[in-house]
Amino acid sequence: MSSHLTSQVWLRKFRFFSFLCLALSILSVSLPRLSFAQVDTFEFETQEQQKRFRSLSDELRCPMCQNTSLSGSTGGVAEDLRREVHRMIMEGMSDEQIEQFMYERYGDFIFYKPRLKPETILLWFGPLLFFLIGAIVLVNIWRKAKRMDAEPVVVTGDSKSRLDALFAEHGRSKAVAKNSNE
Amino acid sequence: MNRSLAFLPVAAFVILALVMWRGLYLDSKELPSMLIDKPMPAFDLTTVDGTSVTNDSLPSEPFLLNVWGSYCLPCLVEHPTFMRLSESGEIPIVGVNYRDQKALALNWLEENGNPYAFSILDEPGRFGIDLGVYGAPETYLVDSKGVIRYRHVSVLDETVWREVFEPAIAELRAEEGE
Repeated sequence: MSSHLTSQVWLRKFRFFSFLCLALSILSVSLPRLSFAQVDTFEFETQEQQKRFRSLSDELRCPMCQNTSLSGSTGGVAEDLRREVHRMIMEGMSDEQIEQFMYERYGDFIFYKPRLKPETILLWFGPLLFFLIGAIVLVNIWRKAKRMDAEPVVVTGDSKSRLDALFAEHGRSKAVAKNSNE
Repeated sequence: MNRSLAFLPVAAFVILALVMWRGLYLDSKELPSMLIDKPMPAFDLTTVDGTSVTNDSLPSEPFLLNVWGSYCLPCLVEHPTFMRLSESGEIPIVGVNYRDQKALALNWLEENGNPYAFSILDEPGRFGIDLGVYGAPETYLVDSKGVIRYRHVSVLDETVWREVFEPAIAELRAEEGE
């Protein structure tokens, strides 16, 4: 009796634990940047400015450190660029102007989302291209399979007599193969 | 079905293999400079000795622009090459003292020797941003009109000098036609 109870408790614990794991993994995927944010002491006049600063320093990439955003990097150049972003926001520049400023100095690398232009078309639409190729191949295979199912199998001459012999040997009726005989 | 289609997977494999083969030898850390064939950004700053400098102070012949700092260990590695170049007078070298402190910079030059015609003081790293610098050392080749022609990221040692800079400078000088 008691062992039965314990196993139930264990089951409940297990369920709770797996739910916790799932919740944590969803959380960690959806909030990856929060845990890395650098503490800056920039001052803003409005909440809007602060929000723009945050989203810009999340979307711009630190040129020195390969795969960290400006907001997540302790690198010297990232510190300088955060300061520049802050200055430009306070001077009333738009997001597009700030992005252009960064682009002119650091190129496409600075953006986590590269701009759409001839050099980046493959980057943007490559996955779609591969998906389409895969879909076309799959549809072709399906169609072929369907056609093969629908088409009567025509057996003649030597093959037919061998087939008949096999059917006879295994005691099956010849009628099965009959309709494919026409 | 068309028989030649059977070779499609093979062709796709070959193309993919070639692309990836090339990818193996690309250095993702070396970013292309946005300033190639563009004039050097305008500046009105001082040198580490306190003299004021602008674009007009730059040499009127091809020169090297070397981004350095006293904190930067690789800069010490390439330093002997710059000392040799300045002693032989092969090409003028202008320094950019990047994200450093004036006193430390002066001390470093005192201790290791000064190969630079002058060193632009860029304590806040603001001029570095205009140049698209992302860390010392970086070395730019600039032509006599002040247009940036080439950027090298990281150490410029004798090998890089011989294999990259010497030919590039010879080409530039030939192009400018004495």
